[in-house]
Amino acid sequence: MAEVSLVSVTKRFQTVTAVDRLSLDIADGELVVLLGPTGAGKTTTLRLIAGLEQADAGMVRIDGHDVTRMPPAARDIAFVFQQYSLYPHLTVYDNLAFPLRAPARRRPEAEIAKRVREIAALLRIEDKLQNRATRLSGGEMQRVAIGRALVRRPAIYLMDEPLSSLDAKLRAELRLELKRIQSELGATILYVTHDQVEAMTMASRIGIMSEGRLVQIGTPREIYERPHSAYVASRLGTPAINLFPAELIVAPGAPAGTRTIGARTEHLRIRPANGGARARVRRVEHLGDQSHVHVEIDGRALVTLADPHAPLAAGDAVSIDLVNPIYFDGEGRRIEAAP
Amino acid sequence: MAEIRIEQLSRRFGDFVAVEGSSFTIEDGSFFVMLGPSGCGKTTTLRMIAGLELPTGGRILLDGEDITLRRAAERDIAFVFQLFALYPHMNVRQNIAFPLKCQGMPRAEIRPRVEEAARLLRIDHLLGRRVSGLSGGDRQRVALGRAIVRRPKAFLMDEPLGALDAEFRRLMCGELRELHDRIDATTVYVTHDQLEAMAMADRIAIMNQGRVEQVGTPQEIYDRPTSMFVADFIGSPPMNFLAFEGEARPGDCRVRLGDIDVAIPEPCERSSGAALALGVRPEHVAFDDSSALRGTVFGIEYLGTTQVVTVSTAYGPVKARISSGVKAQIGEIVGLRFRTEALVLFDGATRRSIAATRGGGFHG
Repeated sequence: MAEVSLVSVTKRFQTVTAVDRLSLDIADGELVVLLGPTGAGKTTTLRLIAGLEQADAGMVRIDGHDVTRMPPAARDIAFVFQQYSLYPHLTVYDNLAFPLRAPARRRPEAEIAKRVREIAALLRIEDKLQNRATRLSGGEMQRVAIGRALVRRPAIYLMDEPLSSLDAKLRAELRLELKRIQSELGATILYVTHDQVEAMTMASRIGIMSEGRLVQIGTPREIYERPHSAYVASRLGTPAINLFPAELIVAPGAPAGTRTIGARTEHLRIRPANGGARARVRRVEHLGDQSHVHVEIDGRALVTLADPHAPLAAGDAVSIDLVNPIYFDGEGRRIEAAP
Repeated sequence: MAEIRIEQLSRRFGDFVAVEGSSFTIEDGSFFVMLGPSGCGKTTTLRMIAGLELPTGGRILLDGEDITLRRAAERDIAFVFQLFALYPHMNVRQNIAFPLKCQGMPRAEIRPRVEEAARLLRIDHLLGRRVSGLSGGDRQRVALGRAIVRRPKAFLMDEPLGALDAEFRRLMCGELRELHDRIDATTVYVTHDQLEAMAMADRIAIMNQGRVEQVGTPQEIYDRPTSMFVADFIGSPPMNFLAFEGEARPGDCRVRLGDIDVAIPEPCERSSGAALALGVRPEHVAFDDSSALRGTVFGIEYLGTTQVVTVSTAYGPVKARISSGVKAQIGEIVGLRFRTEALVLFDGATRRSIAATRGGGFHG
């Protein structure tokens, strides 16, 4: 395991700048998640580290060595793709052993057997080792695909939406498993996703990407509680943060220069009010554990969470108070509230 | 408008039983969702209501009238397949008008009907546009327009949002429900996505292996699942089950989890054996140092406002959804407390709830 650094890396495809002067240091044993919408440059960043793309400018360093111009095979990395691609004619065991039997890094069979069994135990597929790869469920196949990366001990594991082809339940299970395995192995992982729940639950640090740039990097809590901009604030949280002009609802503590207010559920207090109130409940969505309450105020829609048994119904007049919301200036940058 | 009643409906394909003795009533004007994993029989049931499939047993009544064997075209029901299926060479107006034209309706009548449908969907400004240039959302609205323009007694929809990405699906869910509130037509909607079902339905029927497991409002089903299947299928993360050996005697309001006495909200019925499972949703689990039920923190998932902490206990893993302000550390030993009124006791053998239900629920 080792440190991986990107130093002001740029990658262009014809007229499009896919990755724009991106700098990032991934420490040994860290799980960094790149989060952003389609086209933000996440996958290209991953491919630049893998050597599947060549940087137009900047430097890629693995364990202190400049690998910018090296071919993929010479870089000490393992890649897990979105679509598991297993060898269908091989057993699970042989699929897992495959990378260790490659001519360039061939290991003795006894050592391979030991390593395959270790990883299979970690992934809880020991009892499937003799199965043909095609006779597995989707979740098991993806475990094998991840396992095939884990049998090696590269400087860094690069994972491109490895869980996105699985159903919600399985994804939630594997998320937790992968995080556990990562901390047990002390593995360094760069993980790409557009799923904010994956990012928040798994990452040591989240890097938020937009149009080829890394706009903020920090722990999930930092990104959620102290976003640098309205854009970053809108990437995390379900329901999404409410962003509205400062005039809409009076915020007593708003610092000078506030143009936009960002209010998550925990920043909004909604109470039943008399008929004269400006805000009205448009719809209550019962999601079981909580309800999404859609409120309209002066033609703007706000969404917040409420207890499923809260006495709120469509058409109710409500009053809304803000409690320590997040403030943004005219450029969408966050400004600190007065202490 | 229409009430749809399903009585003992069955469908076999050779030896395979796709639907087995389903009974439920879809009230006039309601948004009814059939929910379940793939292969549970929900689409087959919908196709039988539409008349695209004939049942091998049972009856379907539309407003009291037996339509079981009537042809699809004679049922006055609109079936909406995956949305997006539009005629690319026609403009929006022609696409919406198409079903009426096929019925041979005079042009003068078609015009106001198309305009009314477009107004309801808020696409009246797009009537002259070609569909190929429209955004995804507008195309979806046009497809819906083509269904509502016929003013059928009921709409049947089979995973209409299945092909869309998550963010757009949420948006369309809200729009579909708002459209329903404006036109109040009976809608039967099939999905395997529990969030979609919870967000849109007035009532949900959960199906499993051809049978209806439970019918109820989203909150009833969430709060009082009548089977472990339902409890596990709904909720993210789903309900925790603590498996234990014990005795449930009729009228008991407590069970013994090893040495720990746990109060349950409703008196029991008799259990079939000694295997029991205590069901508790993650948001009803709290940390409490004084609790005798202890476990080791196995995983922590930060979600912003809340976090989900997985705790390994002697009765299996238990997930707690608690405020992210609470400090938790992997490996730490914690005590767990459950909210009594939210617990559900299950029979480990039959996998059904054995607390006498408070009513509202329905054993399928």
